[in-house]
Amino acid sequence: MNLYHYAAPATFYRLAGRWTPWFAWGAGLLTGIGLYISFFVAPTDFQQGEAYRIIFIHVPAAWMSMFIYLVMAFWCAIGLAFNTRLSFLMARALAPTGALFCFLALWTGALWGKPMWGAWWVWDARLTSQLILLFLYVGIMALWAAIDDPKRGDRAGALLILVGAVNVPIIYFSVKWWNTLHQGSSINLTKAPSMATIMLVGMLVMAIAAWLYTIAVALVRVRGLILERERHTDWAQEAMKALKEA
Amino acid sequence: MWRFLLTVIRRDLLLAARRKGDWLTSQFFFVMVVSMFPLGIGADPEQLRRVAGGVLWVAALLASLLSLQRLYADDHRDGSLEQMLLSPQPALILALGKAIAHWLIFGLPLLVIAPLLGLQFALPPDAIGTLVIALAIGTPVLSLLGGVGAALTLGLRGGGTLLTLLILPLYVPALIFGAGAVDGVLAGLGAEAQLSLLGAFMGLCLLLAPWVTGAALRVSVD
Repeated sequence: MNLYHYAAPATFYRLAGRWTPWFAWGAGLLTGIGLYISFFVAPTDFQQGEAYRIIFIHVPAAWMSMFIYLVMAFWCAIGLAFNTRLSFLMARALAPTGALFCFLALWTGALWGKPMWGAWWVWDARLTSQLILLFLYVGIMALWAAIDDPKRGDRAGALLILVGAVNVPIIYFSVKWWNTLHQGSSINLTKAPSMATIMLVGMLVMAIAAWLYTIAVALVRVRGLILERERHTDWAQEAMKALKEA
Repeated sequence: MWRFLLTVIRRDLLLAARRKGDWLTSQFFFVMVVSMFPLGIGADPEQLRRVAGGVLWVAALLASLLSLQRLYADDHRDGSLEQMLLSPQPALILALGKAIAHWLIFGLPLLVIAPLLGLQFALPPDAIGTLVIALAIGTPVLSLLGGVGAALTLGLRGGGTLLTLLILPLYVPALIFGAGAVDGVLAGLGAEAQLSLLGAFMGLCLLLAPWVTGAALRVSVD
């Protein structure tokens, strides 16, 4: 199999079209199973009661928000190194989903924090670094939005993402350190209470569902971006005609 | 290469000397932002002392962003930036020279102003000393990282606001270590740890930022 063959926008457009339904249906199915486990199978937590169930959304969202940033950085590095247009489009297609998951993690975290800590927001190290990650996503998308020239936008965004990727661990540790200095040990998140296996299973199923959802949405978005970029070519115009008729 | 670096620095300093209003704006901006805080939160010296480090650092970040907007914009507009990029000298050196010049014009005066503002915020002398050292180590970070943002947003509409969105989150470590150093002295813990970390961050920026800025300039001017 020649990978460069699939790096051509026209081939990848068709390939992505074939894959999307599989990932989308997989995501739907696993979300159903995961939600069933999290609401009906997983037992009520001894300490946290029913409110803990939000972690089935919260933890996968937080994982994905960080992981998507890394994947974007990976595609940007590939794009800058090998000059492949498709890589930049992948990064562009992933960013909105990453920002969405980031926001979702903060939102569900606030919903969980109110009954547990008695506050919607605490300047905890993880919350704060998650918030800064959201700012990074927003900055990247704002940069893309401001640059009309697609080639410049791709490369400028890629550079910013890579700078962010180097900086994210530093930000995380500085925030963590700032937090311990200022707050003492008011809340200790790192001491996770031992978790029932079924809770872990529910969380993992939801995490895989989030993965599949991300891939499906990114593929749909990248197909749109490919059509937009390749709108002058014959195959893209035919594809658009086919879309219009369908 | 050294001569090119020195030429870039000398050129920017000369330009700044001819247009004093340009760079004085961001210094006055710094002073004004800091002066707004006692008006907003009250003049209790105890409280002012507690927030001084953070307020001065946040104001320094904002002031740097204000001055960074013009770092490459003027050269871009009159075409000299393109000429400099076309020259056989590496863009990395150009970016480094620009950052050094920006620090000399923006960061250095800040070190002179900051102690006065520290006095207004009722900081004890040892905390003021730490503040100046922290700013001396930390403001190069602002010039270096800010250069990346300035190069990326070159010639875009709403460039200034965009620059803020891009760069402020990246400044976070400098803010935390810089303000933390002052707080550490106030709390009697000493500031060596924060200053060392700030120095390490500055070293990393010095290594990577000019390189990225050079690449970004090539992308933006291309």
